[in-house]
Amino acid sequence: MPLSFSTESARRIEALIKQYPDAQAASMPVLHLAQDEFGFLSDEAIQLVATALKLPVSHVYGVVTFYTMFRREPAGTNILRVCTNVACMLTGGYDVLKQVCERLGIQPGEKTPDGAFSIVEEECLAACADAPMALCGQRYFLRLDSKEKVDAMIEELRRQPQLERTLLPGPVEKGA
Amino acid sequence: MPVTRADMPKLVLCNMGVEGQNTLAGATARGAYSRIAKALAMAPAAVTDEVKKSNLRGRGGAGFPTGLKWTFIPKGAQTVYLVVNADESEPGTCKDREILFWDPHLVIEGIFLASYALGCRHAYLYIRGEMMREHHVLQRAVAEAYKAGWLGRDHACAGGGSFKLDLTVHRGAGAYICGEETALLNSLEGRRGWPRLKPPFPAVKGVWGQPTIVNNVETLANVPAIIEKGGEWFAGLGTPKSGGTRILGISGHVNKPGVYELPMGIPLREVIYDVCGGIRGGRALKGVIPGGSSMPILTPDEIDVPMEFDALMTDARIKPVEIRPGVKLDIGGGKQLRTMAGSGGVMVMDETTDMAMVCWRIMKFYAHESCGQCTPCREGTGWLERVTRRLAHGEGRPGDVELAESIASGIAGNTICPLGDAAAWPMLAFATKFRAELQSKITAAPATAHGAA
Ligand SMILES: Cc1cc2nc3c(=O)[nH]c(=O)nc-3n(C[C@H](O)[C@H](O)[C@H](O)COP(=O)(O)O)c2cc1C
Ligand code: SF4
Ligand code: FES
Repeated sequence: MPLSFSTESARRIEALIKQYPDAQAASMPVLHLAQDEFGFLSDEAIQLVATALKLPVSHVYGVVTFYTMFRREPAGTNILRVCTNVACMLTGGYDVLKQVCERLGIQPGEKTPDGAFSIVEEECLAACADAPMALCGQRYFLRLDSKEKVDAMIEELRRQPQLERTLLPGPVEKGA
Repeated sequence: MPVTRADMPKLVLCNMGVEGQNTLAGATARGAYSRIAKALAMAPAAVTDEVKKSNLRGRGGAGFPTGLKWTFIPKGAQTVYLVVNADESEPGTCKDREILFWDPHLVIEGIFLASYALGCRHAYLYIRGEMMREHHVLQRAVAEAYKAGWLGRDHACAGGGSFKLDLTVHRGAGAYICGEETALLNSLEGRRGWPRLKPPFPAVKGVWGQPTIVNNVETLANVPAIIEKGGEWFAGLGTPKSGGTRILGISGHVNKPGVYELPMGIPLREVIYDVCGGIRGGRALKGVIPGGSSMPILTPDEIDVPMEFDALMTDARIKPVEIRPGVKLDIGGGKQLRTMAGSGGVMVMDETTDMAMVCWRIMKFYAHESCGQCTPCREGTGWLERVTRRLAHGEGRPGDVELAESIASGIAGNTICPLGDAAAWPMLAFATKFRAELQSKITAAPATAHGAA
């Protein structure tokens, strides 16, 4: 069956376009929405976004490939983002990353066979004062300064996965 | 005289750490939106004047005077945009995220006041894609502000007219370069985040071809206090040329890392040894990056300087960065590069730190984030990453430090946007101040002619 947006998404796309002087500016929010709905941005999803915004597919494709959070393949349920930039490195960020990889049996950029986790080695996530840290969806894991805390993080995410999606319905409509 | 820590009011972080009070009700109890009536009774130009008098300087990195920037909008411009930079991703910087989370309504009020001054009818806030929690909180706050009528509704104002503001939160998707203001505008237009050549500057030709002011989150969060208490009062809190307080995010090897609102111009020594309780384990200090990873590192004998925009650029106690041993890096206007206050991200390193590792990790970051438009930056940052990786892993080759210096000086000043400098400056600073340590990592035999880097 060909891909299509849900009625709710189609409604939200209309509202999104109205937030900007032209439809092209809605590219990123609509791509986020498509990624939330379809899990990743396949060629078909890109085509769908291009049609919805009346843009050339090549333009939308160019946007997708520029930004690291737009994915071209399915990811794990939990996208676990572990920072190894300076503040985290100074306080053990590489040990956290290593332990996470060992426990999950995968490398950064990979997905566990059961589809529960992906690991991303991150640049600074603006939580340096609470380094070393990791982020999964809206859940921050701060001051991961012991092996126990890292294990507890993984356990918690197994029990209660944190999806990476835009939670509120689009930008709030004008005057709403 | 700047205020001391004991009598300093908290202008921006007064709600930090207080759970459940980042809602409209909580913010209103703290005075949010109470400054709007006062501003609407003033002429827009008078609001800008107050900000000029306050000596507020941009908190996004460059420290440009905010009121002055606002006057660059051409007279008679019909459509003006205010774009809020909430892309915070400079390594070491962790303040805007806290402001957005703990006090989104203060930010919205600041946006309202600035938009009124600028004649902006629709403002956009560009939030970093990874900040999903903050995005959620902000969306809720914007919805509340619409419902309460602060946004999206006409307000009577001075001179008999009315003013109405719309605000859209635009979420990024992972690209450090989008923090650079012109890249951010391209990203907001739904394009790849490539920086634009300047001029034209955004104030003349910005987003959708219209005059645009880009301001940082913390910058705008200071505006309500300026309107409430007056520009002079705000200026009086700071140093002669920088008004208000300063938020620093201090990380690394200190006992009490954190995000603190401090007096403008507080000495770095006091920040490390007093505010942050000194170095972990009572160890000795080795180096400190004062304002995000692009800013040249300081050594332990350089920390008695005030944390203030001008002082960090001019204080003679800071050794100038060199492009080759003995040759100081000239950054134009007869100024030599010492360091800069940047984004307020302070990273502290104790004596156990391997400086070659830190230098490599910084180069790795910029190589990853270069947008690839200009050759010196695209090629140079990748090359610096490879050379410093060798050094960091104890596999340096004779001449590597000199090679890194020559690559970095080839990038500095030769690119479309300042990301090139942001990589070159720290490299040159490590080579100036930790040269012996970098040299000590050279183990390999001299490279053969065709085996050279
Ligand atoms: C590579 C690069 C990244 C930047 N990242 C940010 C950022 O994340 N947040 C920010 O406010 N400013 C950032 N800036 C500075 C902005 O270009 C701009 O100067 C600033 O947002 C202006 O606001 P202000 O005058 O209130 O400081 C960055 C600049 C460069 C060159
Ligand atoms: S300096 Fe680097 S990041 Fe900036 S425009 Fe050039 S290639 Fe892109
Ligand atoms: S360095 Fe890891 S959050 Fe900033």
